[in-house]
Amino acid sequence: MKNKTSFLPQEGEAHPSRCPDNTAFKQQKLPAWKPQLTIASVLSSFFLIGAFCLAVGVCLILSANSVREIQIDYSDKCSDCSKLRENSSNWSKECHCSVNFTLKEDVLDDVFMYYGLQNFYQNHRRYVISRSDAQLLGRNVNIQKSYCAPFATYRNGTPMAPCGAIANSMFNDTIDLFYNLKSYAIQVPLLETGNSWWTDKNVKFRNPNSYNLSSAFAGTARPPYWQKPVYMLDKEDERNNGYLNDDFIIWMRVSAFATFRNLYRRVKRVGRFADGLPAGNYTFRISYNFPVTKFKGRKHVILSTVVWSGGSNPFLGIAYVVSGTAATLTGFVIAAIHLKLRKKKTYFQK
Amino acid sequence: MALSVDSALYRWRRRGAESHSQSESESIPLLFSVRDKPKLTLNKWRIVFPDNGRQWKDWKQASTFYSGNRIRTTKYTLFTFLPQNLFEQFHRLGNLYFLFLAVLNFFPQMEVFHREITILPLVVVLLASMIKDVTEDYRKYQFDKMVNFSKTRVYDKEERAYVEKCWKDVRVGDFVQLQCNETIPADILLLYSSDQNGICHLETANLDGETNLKQRQVVLGFSSQNTLFEPEFFQNTIICEKPNNDLNKFKGYMEQPNHERIGFNIESLLLRGCTIRNTEAVIGIVIYTGHETKAMLNNNGPRYKRSKVERQMNVDIFLCAGLLFVMCLVGSIGHGIWTGNFSMHPPYDVPDENGNFLSPVLAGFYMFLTMIILFQILIPISLYVSIELVKLGQVFLIHNDIDLYDEEADLPIQCRALNITEDLGQIQYIFSDKTGTLTENKMVFRRCTVDGIEFSHQENARRLETHKELDLDDEDFAKLQRFTLPPMNIERPATYKQGTMRPLRRSQSARAHFQGHTRNRSLGRRDSNQSQVAFSSTIEKDVAPDSRLLRRVREAALQTENLSPFTHTKTSSSLTDFFLALAICNTVLVSTTTEPRQRVTVPPPIKPSGITLEKIHQIFQRLKLASLSQSFSSSQSSSELGASFSAKNTEERFAALDCYDNDDDCCASSRGDGLQGKGSTDMGSASLDEVFKSVTNSSLPTDFCYEAESPDEAALVYAAQAYSFTLVSRTPEQVTVRLPQGTLLTFDILYTLGFDSVRKRMSVVVRHPLTKEIVVYTKGADSIIMDLLEDSAKDDICAERRMKRIKEKTQKHLDYYARNGLRTLCIAKKVLNEDDFQKWANFRREAESAIDNRDELLMETAQHLETKLTLLGATGIEDRLQDGVPDTIAALREAGIQIWVLTGDKQETAINIAYSCKLLDQRDCVFTINTDNEETCESLLNLTLEEVRKTYQVEKPQRKFFGIIPTSFSVPEAPVPEFGLVIDGRTLNIIFQGGLEEKFLLLTKHCRSVLCCRSTPLQKSMVVKLVRRQLKAMTLSIGDGANDVSMIQAADVGIGISGQEGMQAVMASDFAISRFKHLKKLLLVHGHWCYTRLAKMVIYFFYKNVSYINLLFWYQFFCGFSGSTMIDYWQMIFFNLFFTSVPPLLFGVLDKHISAETLLDLPELYKSGQNSEIYRLSTFIITMLDTFYQSLVCFFVPYLTYKDSDIDLLSFGNPINTISLLTILLHEAIEIKTWTLFHLITMISSVVFYFVFSLIYNAACVTCNPPTNPYWIMEKQISDPTFYLLCLITPVIALLPRFFIFALRGTFGATLILKAQQLDKLPKGQRDLEIQKLRSSKQTTSGAPVASSASKHDLEQNISHLCLSSFLPPAAASVSHRDTESQGFSASEVNPLRKQIPEEGYYFFNNYHLVSSKVTAPGEDGNKLTKDNAHNFNYGSHRRSVSAVTL
Repeated sequence: MKNKTSFLPQEGEAHPSRCPDNTAFKQQKLPAWKPQLTIASVLSSFFLIGAFCLAVGVCLILSANSVREIQIDYSDKCSDCSKLRENSSNWSKECHCSVNFTLKEDVLDDVFMYYGLQNFYQNHRRYVISRSDAQLLGRNVNIQKSYCAPFATYRNGTPMAPCGAIANSMFNDTIDLFYNLKSYAIQVPLLETGNSWWTDKNVKFRNPNSYNLSSAFAGTARPPYWQKPVYMLDKEDERNNGYLNDDFIIWMRVSAFATFRNLYRRVKRVGRFADGLPAGNYTFRISYNFPVTKFKGRKHVILSTVVWSGGSNPFLGIAYVVSGTAATLTGFVIAAIHLKLRKKKTYFQK
Repeated sequence: MALSVDSALYRWRRRGAESHSQSESESIPLLFSVRDKPKLTLNKWRIVFPDNGRQWKDWKQASTFYSGNRIRTTKYTLFTFLPQNLFEQFHRLGNLYFLFLAVLNFFPQMEVFHREITILPLVVVLLASMIKDVTEDYRKYQFDKMVNFSKTRVYDKEERAYVEKCWKDVRVGDFVQLQCNETIPADILLLYSSDQNGICHLETANLDGETNLKQRQVVLGFSSQNTLFEPEFFQNTIICEKPNNDLNKFKGYMEQPNHERIGFNIESLLLRGCTIRNTEAVIGIVIYTGHETKAMLNNNGPRYKRSKVERQMNVDIFLCAGLLFVMCLVGSIGHGIWTGNFSMHPPYDVPDENGNFLSPVLAGFYMFLTMIILFQILIPISLYVSIELVKLGQVFLIHNDIDLYDEEADLPIQCRALNITEDLGQIQYIFSDKTGTLTENKMVFRRCTVDGIEFSHQENARRLETHKELDLDDEDFAKLQRFTLPPMNIERPATYKQGTMRPLRRSQSARAHFQGHTRNRSLGRRDSNQSQVAFSSTIEKDVAPDSRLLRRVREAALQTENLSPFTHTKTSSSLTDFFLALAICNTVLVSTTTEPRQRVTVPPPIKPSGITLEKIHQIFQRLKLASLSQSFSSSQSSSELGASFSAKNTEERFAALDCYDNDDDCCASSRGDGLQGKGSTDMGSASLDEVFKSVTNSSLPTDFCYEAESPDEAALVYAAQAYSFTLVSRTPEQVTVRLPQGTLLTFDILYTLGFDSVRKRMSVVVRHPLTKEIVVYTKGADSIIMDLLEDSAKDDICAERRMKRIKEKTQKHLDYYARNGLRTLCIAKKVLNEDDFQKWANFRREAESAIDNRDELLMETAQHLETKLTLLGATGIEDRLQDGVPDTIAALREAGIQIWVLTGDKQETAINIAYSCKLLDQRDCVFTINTDNEETCESLLNLTLEEVRKTYQVEKPQRKFFGIIPTSFSVPEAPVPEFGLVIDGRTLNIIFQGGLEEKFLLLTKHCRSVLCCRSTPLQKSMVVKLVRRQLKAMTLSIGDGANDVSMIQAADVGIGISGQEGMQAVMASDFAISRFKHLKKLLLVHGHWCYTRLAKMVIYFFYKNVSYINLLFWYQFFCGFSGSTMIDYWQMIFFNLFFTSVPPLLFGVLDKHISAETLLDLPELYKSGQNSEIYRLSTFIITMLDTFYQSLVCFFVPYLTYKDSDIDLLSFGNPINTISLLTILLHEAIEIKTWTLFHLITMISSVVFYFVFSLIYNAACVTCNPPTNPYWIMEKQISDPTFYLLCLITPVIALLPRFFIFALRGTFGATLILKAQQLDKLPKGQRDLEIQKLRSSKQTTSGAPVASSASKHDLEQNISHLCLSSFLPPAAASVSHRDTESQGFSASEVNPLRKQIPEEGYYFFNNYHLVSSKVTAPGEDGNKLTKDNAHNFNYGSHRRSVSAVTL
């Protein structure tokens, strides 16, 4: 019956012509720009790209070189502690160790303190999803239905707060920095807050509503690996406690790679440290809680400054320089081929 | 004669008896058992009882078994929609794949995405298809409803009257009454027509698109014709075949209460969907209803073909599946090892819900499945959807190309197959029909020979020439006026006038010629009456008569007038007979031009024309005495005619009423003439001049339109008209012809034996109105007719010799016609005596009413009649080449396409057409292979092959020499084609039967063009299939007629020409064009574009998906092969769905790497598509390598940048996502050759949309998408300078190699395509110049493999020498053997005209080029001979030297 429809209108008198419209679109004659890879455009593009990349690359390398960074692996230096932590039954025992280092020159500028973990696969698929964002928003949710399992509830049904494997495995070393003067050491003032993203602290994470935190978390239990409940994370600062704890928030932002660092503290620029860290001997005093030996991991503590282009990683600058060089060289090669072939071409045209 | 008739009678009776007994045993018991066990009966025959008061019980019982007339073309009903639709959709592999992945994702061990997300694509696809199906189905439903509730008038037995009923309520057995212009509701057996002859006219445009009217006839022998049909008295039972879809076959019989049977066939069946025309009212009984009607059974959906690119794509998809498997395997093994490395479970290895850990092996296995889910888009299901969309766009653009629009027919190109557009760009072989495809199928009467005397019709030839020039002039003029677009009215006065010919008037000349861009929208010209009637353009209608012949015709008339036929009667009578035969022996319908659909079925009455019946008799008695040649010459003496002219013209159509009664009688007309003629008796002394003056006067104003089924017929009728033998009216029973003298002569048609391709002839049996003789006029193919001629008159030696001479001469003329590319027809007659005729008529009647093997019986009877004919003459009809055919063929050939012509025509005609359309070149060596013998055939093939190979060996070193020079013009792999092959149907058969296909193909590969003559439709399709299968080549078939259908269907791409021969070819085709020349643009431009676009798009799609998925894959190495992703799922899905989908689609529809003009000017560009240069395995693999490189860059540059930093998972993924988006789009940007505003907009909007979407999505949603949480990621990133630095450098690094190669190619590469691209940039004049330069350089390099034009001549000499040399020595011997065993050519004859008709096989070896004198010496001899032999033929050129080797 299909053809019927198409033939029916024939009855009409002088129906409109079936001639196609003569529009530029239908006749495929739209005005168009046809880029042509002529020798001039090719060479200019290569040289332009090359020059630009070289310039940017040099800038980047220079700025990356200005970054001062001290990285100290303390997983072996605290071997006693690490052995202690290998046995999970000793988890409640405290263990401290100190790591000394020397700054040969002043580190001026904001100094950031990171803890670094190696071989800790925070990006494992099942690890990444093991959290409940709704719970962290302070909502009263049934975490059993979330992705937190098996770190959602205890056998007796008590829900964990916060739930999930990420929260459970939170980095719980405490690191303090001391500036060793000749006779005594003064503790370098460190900022505990303001290290996380503003939106995380203010939008993404909320404590449950209640008149105080302990009542807000009543009826929940801490995750199994934790030593203290979530509302005891920072007893001094109410705004840095519970889910709003900066260390917790930062830990919950899972890192992209197995080797990573997380911002831990910033040096508070007051008094002696107003311009940054002066040269001299320093000591990290670490309360060693986080076990890494069982996954052959390592722990670092890192002091670093930051520039506009990021950290001390010079890769981007190198990449720019290399590609800039490559582009320029290519330009030269093309120019050379062109010059060489031009003679031949005329030869052939005859 | 009598003997043969008797034996035939015996045979016929025996057969008849057989069939009778057979049918009785089958049908009669069945018939009775209807009442008890109707089921048994209905599975072989359909039995229809009339739905009237008498038989309603039977009817009721029977009708329950037949479906009603309600149609339901919808696929689904309201309730079955969901399950049925889902069921059908899951038949698609892609959907199953999606479903599998979605289900897989529901297992927690493998869950990668949220459960909902994996279902989403599936749901979207399913929903989209569902919506499409629903709307489609709803439209069908609406249409069905409209059809079902249309009204028609059906007989109601209670009310005993026709009442209005809906179509859906019509049942089998109902009587339906239809008025003029009504549409037929079901298949109806015609029982009554208001037309007194029982004729009903039918327009079948709805069915097959043919606009000419078809005749249908009331069941023959059914007697209720004179009285008004009364359903109540209809007691017959109708037995006919089961419903089938054959529109041209239907048979059955009507059993009367007295067990007498009346047979009927398709001629009595009114088909559903057709429209009644020209008939006031018809009544019929419904036979098939609803879905059982032939129209509905024929209604099958569009064709589905898979293109070559898609086939290649499927291979690549399998490669992708392999890649997927490898990647998943790497993931699973990696994960297994990674997990196995732990002695203790680390805190980040999360146990399952019950706190258990998986073993490494099991974890690895689960990871395999997880990875499949993760990498699922590696198998680009979306590619199929995209391809379909792109093809729709391409088809839209092709359809709208104004250059492929035919103004005369008001038809744009029709794309019937939607999914093989890109195949148009890869065609390697074209198989073309000749008639109607290469030629116009506008048959123009060109020459004729009567009684062995040839009439060359010089004036006519001149007229045709002028016509052509006029055409050209118009076009040139239009070209000049290119930018003014005037709707020009070009009416050129004819340059000469002659005789009765009116000024040459071009009916279509009023059309404006618009070219290219300046064409405006012109209104359709369908409203003009002219174009509605097939085969009636001016060029066909106006035939300038040959003055010599005209004189003779007049003389003949004069002689009859003088009643002195003793001297020249023979010639004159056969002249009149000849033209009478031309006018009568056809099935042409006559209509007047004023009202095109008004049939002239009644001869115009003649005013009392001054002749008495007695006188006529007297005249004819005398005539008979004078000549035994059974001829009729002009019947009435011219003296009586003067009076008859005055009134005739005006009253022709209207004053027919009083003739009605007479027409029923057999010899009414002559009696009528006689009665009318009583008034004036003695006007008999008007002078001859006067008579002719009045003749010319009278014939001027009357203008008849002839609607013929085939153009040849129309041409012949017009030719007869030119000699004043005008066909005035035609009914199935009578035909009226106006003679030169103005007399009207009405013949009773006793039988019409229609044309069929087996008999290759048609005949009419008429009773002469005056002599009362029964005359058979036959016309048909010369080869057939010549065999059927009466051997010789036994009594008269003189006459015998004369007949023989005439026959010989005619044969000679026929050969000459054929050589000049004319279509030949022989006209013959035969006089039957009454007894013989009665005998024969009896057979015929029986044959007609037979049911079983009726066709064979009819054929047999026809063959019986058409024997012992007397040759009257022969005609040569010219079938003009269509405009631009040689040009198109040359261009296509330059494009590297091999063109074969498969035709049913004669060899000579075909060869000549081939020369005239440049299919064969003058320089070519043409091999002709005609043989009946397998061994001969094989040895001939071997011989030719050897010959061809010899030529190569000469060529090869030269080509090598050229291989060194780094010209980029790829020397085609096929050798330079300098050979043509002509082969006929018989030989083809032998090749197919004898397993010689491979040799044949090997030979054809070396040939520039191949002509297959005298081939049947089956052979045509076999040839196409052979090439397609054995050579794995892309084939295209183009044809216009029903005989091309099989060939069209056999090829990869079938193209139908919506020409003059109906719509069957179009219906079977993938694309329908209206002119052959459109093929040029369709292939060279649209094909090239479509292929390039689609191929590039497909490759790009693979690139896009694989490079994106690779990013995820590389990440697996850093996340312990855990199936983790760094990109948010929604952004991932949207990446494919929105951010990167539109630019490639647009690219696939709009990109134009070379302009249409350049593509047309440099056909060689087509070769890139032919060789699949853009999309083949190597390009795919190269692209994949590039893809891997790019994805590595896109992943590792950000990785190294963010290494050892505090970057989090999604913040790392975000720049990667952005980078890959930019890289993918920039990659596309490099590929795009033509940037229009659309491209720019989509590119920019894709990027903008990505950022806007990401920003909004990352800001709006705090926890709406657990467990991933991309909150504020994008915002954070765009405030970070590193992000921008990364986004700048990574695409640069990723695309630098590609760009480098592009730059190298663009600046130094000298491929033709790049050259063409450069040409496009030049201003027009300079461009043309450059193209000329390029082409000329090409001709020297690739046209003939000799660089300098100086050596070109040498080569030609060389080749031609080669061609002939081996044949020369035997030629010198000039001994003619017919020894096939001797294996080889023992003799040859160098004389084209002393041609022998070969018995076993002969072998032409033609060289159409004159070269060195040594070689051409015999050729010149031949020419001399030609001149001698060719009396009055004037050879256009003597360029051919032919050597024929007879084996």
